[in-house]
Amino acid sequence: MPQPKPTAPPGGRRGQKEEANHTVSESPLARQNQGGLSREPYAYAEARLAAYPAMAAAAIPAAAILGLWELATYVLQIPQYILPAPSAVLGETLNSLGLLIDHGAVTLLEVTVGFGISIAVGLALAAIVCFSKALEAALYPLLVASQTIPKIAIGPLLIVWFGFGLTPKIIIVVLIAFFPIVISAIIGLKSSPPELLQLARSMGASEWQVFRKIRFPNALPSIFAGLEVAATLAVVGAVVGEFIGSSRGLGYLIQVAMGRLDTPLMFSAIFALTLMGSALFFVVHLIERRMLWWHSSMA
Amino acid sequence: MNDPANEGRLSFRNVSKTYATRQRRIDAVVNVNLDLKEHEFVSIVGPSGCGKTTLMMMASGLIPCTAGAIYIGGRQVTGPFTDVGIVFQQDLLLPWRTALQNVMLPCEIRGLDARTFQPRALDLLALAGLGGFENEIPRSLSGGMRQRVAICRALVYNAPLLLMDEPFGFLDALTREQMNIDLLRIWDRERQTVLLITHSISEAIFLSDRIVVMSPNPGSIKDIIDVKLPRPRQMSSRDSAPYEDRIRALFQDMGLLQDRRDTEKQKGSR
Repeated sequence: MPQPKPTAPPGGRRGQKEEANHTVSESPLARQNQGGLSREPYAYAEARLAAYPAMAAAAIPAAAILGLWELATYVLQIPQYILPAPSAVLGETLNSLGLLIDHGAVTLLEVTVGFGISIAVGLALAAIVCFSKALEAALYPLLVASQTIPKIAIGPLLIVWFGFGLTPKIIIVVLIAFFPIVISAIIGLKSSPPELLQLARSMGASEWQVFRKIRFPNALPSIFAGLEVAATLAVVGAVVGEFIGSSRGLGYLIQVAMGRLDTPLMFSAIFALTLMGSALFFVVHLIERRMLWWHSSMA
Repeated sequence: MNDPANEGRLSFRNVSKTYATRQRRIDAVVNVNLDLKEHEFVSIVGPSGCGKTTLMMMASGLIPCTAGAIYIGGRQVTGPFTDVGIVFQQDLLLPWRTALQNVMLPCEIRGLDARTFQPRALDLLALAGLGGFENEIPRSLSGGMRQRVAICRALVYNAPLLLMDEPFGFLDALTREQMNIDLLRIWDRERQTVLLITHSISEAIFLSDRIVVMSPNPGSIKDIIDVKLPRPRQMSSRDSAPYEDRIRALFQDMGLLQDRRDTEKQKGSR
């Protein structure tokens, strides 16, 4: 019987290999290797190679900005307490490395615990809203209203209730970070094709089976988009919490540095926060790539 | 299950369906009576809006009928009927599952033993010409291949009745013809009762034992045509002009097909 031309060669379990193939499919080197027997190992190596030019691409504008900044502080003779040169920030960072790590660890704890709770709360709320129309009607306006409360305004209340420890910071992280997770998860869980749900019903699937086998995996691309937004917001939440009242953390360090007009230290702390946010985002992104290798967004 | 020999029998008894919108009531299907015998291949052809899909959805129990009753194998359909295999126009494969995992989905949902059904799933995929593609994800397969997987998924747990709603509607003409031939080859072995909805007259003739011609406004059965072409059918059976003419005549009769009105004039002027 005549075979339709396959779009991919047969054989081989798909997985990360599939992902690697698609990652490099644009590169001319990868194209040369296609059709060879050892295509997949090649694709692996090339995926790794391809990641470096991508980083280099980001490094070029970053270096340009830093260079201009360095130059400007010298040429315009900007005082250090207003705008320190990147070299001065680097010096300060190395000088205060111990301090940055100590306070950074506190902030990192707030961010990761808060982010973890946000994921649990966000996914649970989304599942509840999707299972029951009545609960959706009851909860959805509250969810939206909760986001219109300025988080910084309830900060003092949280301190009255929970003191100056980790708890109020974690609560603020959760309040800020759970929202994009809930919204993206609800949209994802609701976006299963209706015909697919009908098909599942005709197979006799229970609500739980439909959720586990169809709705949830189908929602993952959307959920991960929410998680990536939430990851960056979690760092914002921790700093907001620390600004309101704390004795530890990078937010606290920035306030101390401000009191001393130690601008280079403020920049160092900001740099550490940026690093933390980027790292969290990157971790989420890596997990996404591993889990959604089948999705067209990963091609 | 009343009678194991007649599990695939499908009967429509005075079936009607009315959709009510805010403004008015629309009679989608009126008073349909139709019986499919065990192992029979029946196609429904008709213009869009004649209630073909509504009939199929009612047979699967996914939507209720407004009046009348539907029986599958002697059991009245009152809710989603799980002893049927369904193929829609879209393949509806789960993109994160391989072809084999997609075919096994109904077995998982029904809690059937994977060790018993996996060999059957692999066998069906091979019969559908997908041997060697079991572990590909849908994204790596062509449209025709994906629809073959969907057909295997509908057949895997031995449902005695197969409902197909425009299963080849999204495929190009050439792939479609090949799919017709392959479907017949699979069916020659499996022999489920099949109800196929299609808008292709030649496809209906090539595949079916009987063709139900429907008319719209309101949807009802205009005529039922017995196709007496010998089985097993092959590519040469596609020459089925007499049947095609008969069905075209029916559509002309309904005013759904009209020849050019200027033809006579042109002939006269020459």
